[in-house]
Amino acid sequence: MKEIVVISGKGGTGKTSLVASFAALAEKKVLADCDVDAADLHLVLNPKINYREDFSGGKKAKIITEECIECGECEEVCRFDSMYYPDPENEIPCVNPIFCEGCGVCVRVCPVEAISFDDAVNGEWYVSSTSHGPMVHARLGMAEGNSGKLVTIVRNKAREIAEKENLDYIIVDGSPGIGCPVIASIAGADLVIVVTEPTLSGQHDLLRAAELTAHFRIPTVICINKWDLNPDIAEQIETAAKERGIKDVGRIRYDTAITKAQIMKTSVVEYTGGAVSEDIKQVWRNTIYALG
Amino acid sequence: MKIAIASGKGGTGKTTIATNLTATLASMGKTVQLLDCDVEEPNCHIFLNPHIESSTAVTTPLPDVDEEKCTGCGICAEVCEYGAIAVVKEKVLIFPELCHGCGACEMFCPEDAITEIGREVGIVEEGRADGFRFIHGRLKIGELMSPSVIHAVKIAGRESEVVIIDSPPGTSCPVIEAVKDTDFVVLVTEPTPFGLNDLQLAVGMVRALGMPFAVAINRSDVGDNDVKEYCQREKIDVILEIPDDRKIAEAYSRGEMIISAMPAYQKLLETCWGRIIDIHRNWGELTS
Repeated sequence: MKEIVVISGKGGTGKTSLVASFAALAEKKVLADCDVDAADLHLVLNPKINYREDFSGGKKAKIITEECIECGECEEVCRFDSMYYPDPENEIPCVNPIFCEGCGVCVRVCPVEAISFDDAVNGEWYVSSTSHGPMVHARLGMAEGNSGKLVTIVRNKAREIAEKENLDYIIVDGSPGIGCPVIASIAGADLVIVVTEPTLSGQHDLLRAAELTAHFRIPTVICINKWDLNPDIAEQIETAAKERGIKDVGRIRYDTAITKAQIMKTSVVEYTGGAVSEDIKQVWRNTIYALG
Repeated sequence: MKIAIASGKGGTGKTTIATNLTATLASMGKTVQLLDCDVEEPNCHIFLNPHIESSTAVTTPLPDVDEEKCTGCGICAEVCEYGAIAVVKEKVLIFPELCHGCGACEMFCPEDAITEIGREVGIVEEGRADGFRFIHGRLKIGELMSPSVIHAVKIAGRESEVVIIDSPPGTSCPVIEAVKDTDFVVLVTEPTPFGLNDLQLAVGMVRALGMPFAVAINRSDVGDNDVKEYCQREKIDVILEIPDDRKIAEAYSRGEMIISAMPAYQKLLETCWGRIIDIHRNWGELTS
């Protein structure tokens, strides 16, 4: 069983469209959408949810108003500026759950135990079935944090399914950037594909993403989407990648069929038999080859 | 006035709007600063070629244990909610990447054996672009805590008539750090199913924060009409529409500003600025 994670550094380069096509092309696989704060894969794969579970990213402090003696200690020790005073008539604070990091320092310093500290529900995760096999996905609540922990849950569940059903591939849709959720989505993967575009921004962000995968020693390949928008930069990116020992798994041409497929809620390879689909099929074949 | 340019979905054009709007405001004679808070993948400098004048390390507090004073009691590990400390055979082990710098271990150590040292998680660079001050941050590769670097970029900003903040994509903690304490949020999207879905998440976020906002639609003619219908239904103002244009895409690919390649766009951004001012001024009435 092999786990392939698609990331990009820069957002909007076509991660989800590529993963949706891989879903149609790969045999015996499970899909995992690890872009938990802006998940989109479900819009194409139309999953039927079979199981759901609440996600708690950690605890949150909450003032028990009746017990508060207005000493102000909690506000003084909070390093995340989460306390505010909603009532001008008194000094009873309130915790803004958006800013609370769940460190529990206020709970421990409160002299009268007037702060509760319970697991907060800040999202859900799902196991679903799609016409292309099982899918694990999630939804992080509005303005919530700790997406890395939710990413890890989604990946672990996908791995469990792959083992139980004896599947060959775990295909993971990652998030943009190089921070917490991305690190959680690539750690220990068999192969990372960085999807980029032929722009100076795409190149800059690809190189940061490649530095990240090198830092964690994860085998990495690149794929340039919309390469014909600027063939010179496309080539420049492939050369820069090669200098770092990173191979490419192919180029995908610019084609409005990619947006049209999204609107029709289907993958590109199912939407059209055109040249762009041939590009994507070649990328998939090269990806299998890169896995060894 | 501080304005954050944000989006749920990545690659919708935040940086394009942030850089071109800032340059437009500067050419209108305003004192303006641009803060690039997408510290995981900062891109504004590619379009602005700023002259960087200073560079400062961003540090977060990390516990440092005085082994002579430490008795291995394990209280520090007990009070750490992030699992960043483990005590094995009376020896304290610290996992720096997991530390949120809350100070609990230092505060509750009964032996006073913990002090806090600064750990570098990124850098902030300040300088000047053509007609305005420019600040951006870079998260160090392999670090998790981008909000600390974003915070450092924001406090490096000085008072000025207008501050434009280019925010990271998504709807979770880094974005919240970037948009909080601003006066107005512009949510950039594109008219596709992914664009709409992520816009709805971003709208949920700014509403949870109780902030005034409006929507900008990039490549406004590529997809379907659902984003506009959604905005109409939700009474959200659409303050800017940029059509899909290969010339814009090519200028962008080479790191050129749109208003340099196609000066007509400056007018569009001036109008957009007027809309922001109006909506911001009337926000209280609009929502009540």
